Amino acid sequence: MTSRPELKAPPEVFYNDEEARKYTSSSRIIEIQAQLSERALELLALPDDGVPKLLLDIGCGSGLSGETLTESGHQWIGFDISPSMLDVALEREAEGDLILGDMGQGLGVRPGVIDGAISISAVQWLCNADKSCHEPRKRLKSFFESLYRCLARGARAVFQVYPENLAQRELILGYAMRAGFAGGVVVDFPHSTKRRKEYLVLTCGPPSLSSATPKAKGEDEESCSDEESSGDEENQTVSISDRHRPRKKQKLNKKVKGREWVLRKKEQMRRKGNAVPLDTKYTARKRKAGF
Amino acid sequence: MRLLTHNMLSSNIKGVTNGFPLRIEVEKVVEKSVDFNPDFLKNMFAKIEYKALVEASRIMGYAELPDHAEPSMLESDDFLRKFHHALMELHLEEGTLVCPETGRRFPVNKGVPNMLLHEDEV
Repeated sequence: MTSRPELKAPPEVFYNDEEARKYTSSSRIIEIQAQLSERALELLALPDDGVPKLLLDIGCGSGLSGETLTESGHQWIGFDISPSMLDVALEREAEGDLILGDMGQGLGVRPGVIDGAISISAVQWLCNADKSCHEPRKRLKSFFESLYRCLARGARAVFQVYPENLAQRELILGYAMRAGFAGGVVVDFPHSTKRRKEYLVLTCGPPSLSSATPKAKGEDEESCSDEESSGDEENQTVSISDRHRPRKKQKLNKKVKGREWVLRKKEQMRRKGNAVPLDTKYTARKRKAGF
Repeated sequence: MRLLTHNMLSSNIKGVTNGFPLRIEVEKVVEKSVDFNPDFLKNMFAKIEYKALVEASRIMGYAELPDHAEPSMLESDDFLRKFHHALMELHLEEGTLVCPETGRRFPVNKGVPNMLLHEDEV
């Protein structure tokens, strides 16, 4: 990508009336958005029981992605920060309810009521500090915490993102984990610069077979849809981050202030050239409570 | 904005402990016909705050919804139709949503509520 929209202006400014119209009248963009939305919906792995679900479309824009949700029979509520884009969505008679809001301020949705959330090409905007009062970390935290709260147990959130770099993707994923999500990244067509697409697949609730990150497309030119057959691990290009890693428990047991640690630190200081008292039998001795 | 969405929204202002439900001030209500889907309604019934829905539908001008509802009433087609109408077919086109705790007003234009918070409310 030669220039990223995120570097030009904040989303509500970049997506003004002109841009909104341009965006929505480009058949190429419409097609791409439809594909991305369909794939996101697929990754959402909603139960195939014919019952319409209540979904969130975060950064719904002009309703292109929402159309895919409606076509699949679901009800949805869309959030976007650009009034121009929402105007276009209204013109196109989007079936979902639209809300003018800033995801970085928190979603303001009641706990446990949403069956799933998708976001197409929107979440990376959170990493920008567009206003002096913006603190990207605080915004990421607000967003993911409020999202985690409003999702029903076992529900998923799938975000198609365009991270600027690896650090940005890790930042986004990090805040998602901190909010309680488990999950990872699915990269479709990782070796093709043009077709490469990244999806963050996040789950709420206990890790189980169904929350193992799904198979990515494009490793062997086969597309997948059923990720219950996750026995075939060969073609995965994903990283699974599980919040129940045993590693965390080990860290707590590490003794930070033992005698060994003190001696090691003193040796380090000596090597640096600092003046350090000699090591004696009194070094790191437990002092009386009075200290 | 349908009452389904209104039933999901809560005031997000910093320091507010109970921002639900947002009080509705009506300026214009539009009725739009939506496909009747009993499965979806039964699914949603458990998640809906029924009392808030009844109050909201009354304010919007629909008084048919009974004050209290038991899950057993979902078997009745009559109740389901009323529930469907209140939840999915009444749209607040123009009006205001008011935070119950702070009184802060969120305008609704063309059916779209403006929930953007000011700097000091975040």
